[in-house]
Amino acid sequence: MLKILKYSFFDLIRSRWSYVYLLFYLLLSFVLLFLNQDLSKAVITLMNVIIILVPLIGTIFGVMYYYNSKEFTELLLAQPVKRSSIFLGQYLGVALSLVMSLVLGLGIPFVFYGLFQSSAIWNFSLLLITGAMLTFIFTALAFNIALYNENKIKGFSYAILLWLFLAVIYDGLFLMSLIVFETYPLDKFTLIATTFNPIDLSRILILLKLDIAALLGYTGAVFQKFFGTNLGLFAALSTLMVWVVLPVLNIARKAKKKDF
Amino acid sequence: MLQGYFKSILFIVFFFTGATSLYAQIEVCENCSYSSIKKAVAEARSGDTIHIKKGTYRENKIIIDKPLYLKGYDYPVIDGLKKADIINVFADSVRISGIKLINVGASYTEDYAAIRVSKAKNFILEDLILEKIFFGIYLEKASDGIVRNNKILGDAVSEHNSGNGIQLWYSKRITVKENLIQKVRDGIYLEFADHCIIEDNISKDNLRYGLHFMFSNDDAYAQNVFENNGAGVAVMFSKRIEMRANQFRYNWGTASYGLLLKEINDAEIVENIFEENTTGINIEGSNRVNYLKNTFKNNGWAVKVRGACYENKFLENNFLYNSFDVSYNSKLNNNLFLNNYWSSYTGYDLDEDGFGDVPYRPVKLFSYIVNRTPETIILMRSLFVDIIDFSEKVSPVFTPDNLVDKAPLMRKK
Repeated sequence: MLKILKYSFFDLIRSRWSYVYLLFYLLLSFVLLFLNQDLSKAVITLMNVIIILVPLIGTIFGVMYYYNSKEFTELLLAQPVKRSSIFLGQYLGVALSLVMSLVLGLGIPFVFYGLFQSSAIWNFSLLLITGAMLTFIFTALAFNIALYNENKIKGFSYAILLWLFLAVIYDGLFLMSLIVFETYPLDKFTLIATTFNPIDLSRILILLKLDIAALLGYTGAVFQKFFGTNLGLFAALSTLMVWVVLPVLNIARKAKKKDF
Repeated sequence: MLQGYFKSILFIVFFFTGATSLYAQIEVCENCSYSSIKKAVAEARSGDTIHIKKGTYRENKIIIDKPLYLKGYDYPVIDGLKKADIINVFADSVRISGIKLINVGASYTEDYAAIRVSKAKNFILEDLILEKIFFGIYLEKASDGIVRNNKILGDAVSEHNSGNGIQLWYSKRITVKENLIQKVRDGIYLEFADHCIIEDNISKDNLRYGLHFMFSNDDAYAQNVFENNGAGVAVMFSKRIEMRANQFRYNWGTASYGLLLKEINDAEIVENIFEENTTGINIEGSNRVNYLKNTFKNNGWAVKVRGACYENKFLENNFLYNSFDVSYNSKLNNNLFLNNYWSSYTGYDLDEDGFGDVPYRPVKLFSYIVNRTPETIILMRSLFVDIIDFSEKVSPVFTPDNLVDKAPLMRKK
């Protein structure tokens, strides 16, 4: 598995798109920091960008890589290598190279502008952790989609649809249901509904940093406990972990059974 | 005119130099002829000065019924033994300074206080330290007094069995300044107190309000710091209050406000700073209030307008990085927003006059939704919410369509 991981990883970091991705983040954070010297403000802006962009890039890259390296995968399958290690190796290769672009692209400008002397370091680490988690989750989801769909076009459309659903449509449905059922006690439902969407979970991590004053304005013991203590942070992070583990397990399961 | 001043100053100088020789100086200490303050007070004559030396005096119900000056050296402690009021002032022109008062009695039927001033004028209470109190300084039907530079430290745990730091009841023309008040129920409480000045105080960590006005008119408070109070500052049922250059900070909670205005008319709110409160200002039934040059920073809601608020003006304020700038619960608007700086303003200024060319709409559709269904707050900063906010901005349906800042500032003041 490690060999395949290494191969995929180096294959990707040699590719043009990784550099474009890296450059994009470099440019974004340099421009943000140049316009606004305040590190914590820049972190906040980046958080907003990351929860939308990282899932999109993760999904597209994942699907693209799977379809592009399909012939190579088939070649590997003829060798005495475990199936799960082929696919997991590829998956980790893609995800790690994306995470590396993200970490370097955001990290270099911030270190350059004095991250280690600033109080924003915790928020920044949270930003990187959220970004990395989202990359792992959405690359895994993309691999799942690709494994289930032989047809490239179909796979791509499903991937984009998945992103659109989780980034926009889910929240729309969520909002509608909250308004329709507003006469019922909703706070438990609200918290549970967010756990079904990794983008919402990452958003909550940001809210906990940014809008805690407004969040505490809502009267409800469940909310108070969730947001008022560290419970919210840990719950959101651990649910994100679950979101990484489940799709990865499914990749391994599906790869074992699939006919090539 | 000038001569008149000179004459009166001369008169005062003569009067007081005469006074020192005329009036007796009484010393109280453990080994002096007076070892009890109560006895010294009882036997003193009008205008005497009682010098209280360092020590602990276990006394309460010290009744001052003639003009006296109680002066403490090195903070002598008067221990009230948790029974009743410690000092009761019934006479005019009383001055008390430099004493530490502890252990006021707590009661569910009587408002025991460390110092109670009743129906007296021209008093000065200064440099006092009050600890383990029920009520701290209680002024009832008093007037023309000064309460300054006191440290009031309570140990209140619950609202029903705790008292207020400084309470003014039916009092006129009182100045309360440079006091530090902590951990009581209401830091400073004014009820039927008119023409009072509250300035340079720090009131924090109180159970309920840092400062609380009820039925008090023509008062001013300025340069105070209100921090981390249970419910912030409340100004209710009062007219012509001036609030200037105060700081309202870190009041977090569902019923917690930087400043709560209820039934306030003709007030001026100028140059205050509201920082990191759940709600910066909560306005209910308040008319003709001018909000000038205030700064709202990192609040959940900067301004929450509840209802029945007319003819209010918001001019030249800074709204910086609040989760919601303004929230309204009706479609009607009779208030003016003009020339404010809004950090989330995205317009441009082509003629470079410093004012944006595109009007700014401070009320977002999402804040309207959150008002209706509070749970939806969890969707804040979602892309979907940004999209509906944008569409509402383009063509307002749910939010008052005349609620705009026609010329928002491009740079903050």
